[in-house]
Amino acid sequence: MTQVNYNLLGVLPNDDILSQCIHCGMCLATCPTYELTKLERSSPRGRIKMIKSIARGEIPISEIFADEMNFCLDCQACETACPAGVKYGSMVEAARVEVDNSEYGSFFKKKIKKFTLKYILASKRNLKIVSRLLYYYQKSFLPKIVNKLCEFKIFPQRIIVLESLSPKVSKKFSDSAILEITEPENEIKYTTAFHYGCLMNVMFADINRDTVELLSKTGCKVITPKDQQCCGSLHAHNGDFETAKKLAMENLTVFRKHNYDYLISNSAGCGAFMKEYYHLFKDEPELKEAAKSFSERIKDLSEFYSDILPFEFKTNNEIITYHDACHLVHSQKIYSQPRKILRAISGLNYKEMDESIWCCGSAGIYNIVRYEDSMKILERKMENIKKSGAEKVITSNPGCMAQIEYGCRKNNLNITVEHLATFLNRSES
Amino acid sequence: MNSFLKDKIKKIVGIDNYFDSLEDKLCYSYDGTPIFQHLPEAVVFPENEEQISLIVKLANQEKFNIVPRGAGTGLSGGAIPVENSIVLVMTKWNNILEVDTQNLTATVQPGVVTGILQKEVEKYGLFYPPDPGSLTVCTIGGNIANNAGGLRGLKYGVTKNYVLGTEIILPDGELLRTGGKNMKDVAGYNLRDFIVGSEGTLGIITKILLRLIPKPQQSITMLAYFDKLADSAKSVSGVIASHIVPSMMEFLDNTTINCIEDYTNIGLPRNSEAILLIEVDGWGSIVEEDAETIINILKKNNTSFVRKAANDEEALTLKTARRSAFSALARRRPTTILEDATVPRSELPVMIEKVTEAARNFNVTFGNFGHAGDGNLHPTCLTDERDNDEITRAHKAFDFIFNETIKLGGTITGEHGTGLAKKHFLEKAVGIPAVEMMKRIKSAIDPNNIINPGKIFSISPRCEEYFSVGNRR
Ligand SMILES: Cc1cc2nc3c(=O)[nH]c(=O)nc-3n(C[C@H](O)[C@H](O)[C@H](O)COP(=O)(O)OP(=O)(O)OC[C@H]3O[C@@H](n4cnc5c(N)ncnc54)[C@H](O)[C@@H]3O)c2cc1C
Ligand code: SF4
Ligand code: SF4
Repeated sequence: MTQVNYNLLGVLPNDDILSQCIHCGMCLATCPTYELTKLERSSPRGRIKMIKSIARGEIPISEIFADEMNFCLDCQACETACPAGVKYGSMVEAARVEVDNSEYGSFFKKKIKKFTLKYILASKRNLKIVSRLLYYYQKSFLPKIVNKLCEFKIFPQRIIVLESLSPKVSKKFSDSAILEITEPENEIKYTTAFHYGCLMNVMFADINRDTVELLSKTGCKVITPKDQQCCGSLHAHNGDFETAKKLAMENLTVFRKHNYDYLISNSAGCGAFMKEYYHLFKDEPELKEAAKSFSERIKDLSEFYSDILPFEFKTNNEIITYHDACHLVHSQKIYSQPRKILRAISGLNYKEMDESIWCCGSAGIYNIVRYEDSMKILERKMENIKKSGAEKVITSNPGCMAQIEYGCRKNNLNITVEHLATFLNRSES
Repeated sequence: MNSFLKDKIKKIVGIDNYFDSLEDKLCYSYDGTPIFQHLPEAVVFPENEEQISLIVKLANQEKFNIVPRGAGTGLSGGAIPVENSIVLVMTKWNNILEVDTQNLTATVQPGVVTGILQKEVEKYGLFYPPDPGSLTVCTIGGNIANNAGGLRGLKYGVTKNYVLGTEIILPDGELLRTGGKNMKDVAGYNLRDFIVGSEGTLGIITKILLRLIPKPQQSITMLAYFDKLADSAKSVSGVIASHIVPSMMEFLDNTTINCIEDYTNIGLPRNSEAILLIEVDGWGSIVEEDAETIINILKKNNTSFVRKAANDEEALTLKTARRSAFSALARRRPTTILEDATVPRSELPVMIEKVTEAARNFNVTFGNFGHAGDGNLHPTCLTDERDNDEITRAHKAFDFIFNETIKLGGTITGEHGTGLAKKHFLEKAVGIPAVEMMKRIKSAIDPNNIINPGKIFSISPRCEEYFSVGNRR
């Protein structure tokens, strides 16, 4: 056996994280990838065992290891299931960085990833330029030609998939559609700040508009600073802590200039990460307190309307169900709040689907880089949605929306998908 | 194991069901047991009885060992590989073949997950009571092999009380059928019950016929807090002496309460020295009356607070929280070595006291919880395997607890099995004649000692030497 000592520990907060797992197996039943293969190596327990052995230099990074790290959805269902409190997410993220740096990381993929993260997502200007180009592409006749070329196998099939999975770019981006200050429509109850996200800004501007409208209609002043930044979560999840920190710092500075009670997020992934800013700066005394105060005031939309501003929404006859985004239910432990709101609106027409807390297979760019696996996981979700008998699926994350919409189209289902913000905005009384 | 032999195995199960990469071997080198681990030579997922039979025959010819495995949640090392072994995983055998609502039976494959079976039969108004803490993950095959207990053991008994029949591939590769749908059957030796609890040493179980009972109409779950450990133990004795049989009576000490509360956030009393989680079930008004009687007994024994769960949902939350106890204790320290000591129920207060004494004398931390109504405790030592000195003290504390258990007329394992972890204590617990008889039976059925050898006891001195050193990390 080759003795290779990878620098995994350099990325991990500390060695204790590796020792925490007592291999009891209580997490197995919740892991979507283990359910697919029934192999321990595709389970949280097995993955932790491998990561631990690599960190200790007992085994080298291998093709199987690299594959398992990328097969993992990073959905963190195992963290919810683990009574021992094992921080699996930080382990797999650290391991992925090591894999990318090893001979098993695809050089090309790594470069693209790095480029996208550093030069596109982290720069609002560049992201807007790219999105504008994509918008004109999507509006033009080109996609039809590309589809034809794929049909005749001149272009690889994958491109069609990429085409239909990628959300449509909005005509008007949120940062130009939403005013910096939106006054409440009636008596003011709270002053909120709004983080519109990087991709949400350009791809889901409608949802952002719904969010701000809703807040305003329900008595909130909404501050939407123009100079805010991407939250940095994708960077951190991919091991680029430097950029993540830089973005976090900018957000801290921008939002600190305003006086607000709560910062509202409508994207599960961003909310989850911004709630963690505190950890990012925990060793920097001068920023620690600022980060703490920032993180503590982040509220997901569902949290806000359940715990802080209980609002009587109009009841509604649609038969609905709710899909839990991983970053809400597993990262932020938000489970009961959206249900409380939706039950109040829909009563008995709210149907709980089986396995609502299972990942839909979207998982960042997982559905593009591991299309086949993602589709198997999506199929399970679609079966559960069908069985629930709902005609509409409500969820709180743009990635999930795009994925489930794709599943509906693929299966010819007459089911629509709606973001909670949009649903609530329509139900506002 | 040479590649020639590996090819033969591969040919039997097919290339897709055979794994021998370093990663796969590593991922089957453990089960839920702390400290022990060992790499197998290969891991196989057989598809049918014929394949299993062929592998077993090959193992006899070529002298390699076979370790049957379910979900790998065992806590005594039963599924941990041994020298020169292949792991035979049964998790893909997960079909419920029949639920017979006329005879109240279920026929299942061994890989069926216990909790899934329970949900399925409850759709028919039926009930499969054995509910180990691991029920969302563990398999019926593993439950039979370990004769698993659970929270409801007090009233409903353990796995063996629900096994009507089994099919098992014996160590010579032949299929043995035992039992059947008859409620009474005394034809010959009772081979069926003999297989229950055999810890995978007598063959590979391939099919199981289970007894079901009607699902009780209603249940009431109660939670009682205690400021003094001794009062909780007295309450348990009090309830048992009152001749009411609760379906569940679980004990949790302060350390365990806090670890579970860290995980679940459901408002358990962090300052109480102990809590009891009690459930009564049955039909009609008697359930309510039993609950009231129990509450009175608890009050008489100085419970500081007692309440009933508001609804089924809350009852389930409390039980689920209790089931996470063992794993939740790992929040404190990374290595949790748990005990399975069981004493006659009347001795429970003494036993609880002895665990406190062990912790004090050997300067180690224990979290204590268990099936109090059964006299079955799981004192769990919270330690760190990287700290040799502390591990040594932990082992000394366990030796002390073992000896005290035996003195009280108890046993070394109530439900987790002997496996690797407890085998050194077996002679002391059951006596030399009993162990000798077990060995003779094993040798008669498995003359080449190829099916899960070295578990429960060791046949040859060579193995003895090996396990005491080799299996420990
Ligand atoms: C958190 C936690 C809580 C637990 N709570 C309880 C509890 O309350 N009560 C209790 O009794 N146990 C409990 N256990 C222990 C464990 O879950 C049980 O022993 C369970 O029965 C093991 O099932 P398994 O499928 O994981 O079997 P494994 O661990 O895979 O195997 C256990 C034994 O069965 C053998 N085996 C498995 N399948 C077969 C087969 N098809 N044919 C022949 N032999 C086979 C193996 O060789 C091994 O000896 C708990 C474990 C954990 C981790
Ligand atoms: S991650 Fe948690 S639940 Fe899973 S095996 Fe490890 S300790 Fe158990
Ligand atoms: S993050 Fe999700 S896919 Fe990955 S091991 Fe955990 S449960 Fe499985």
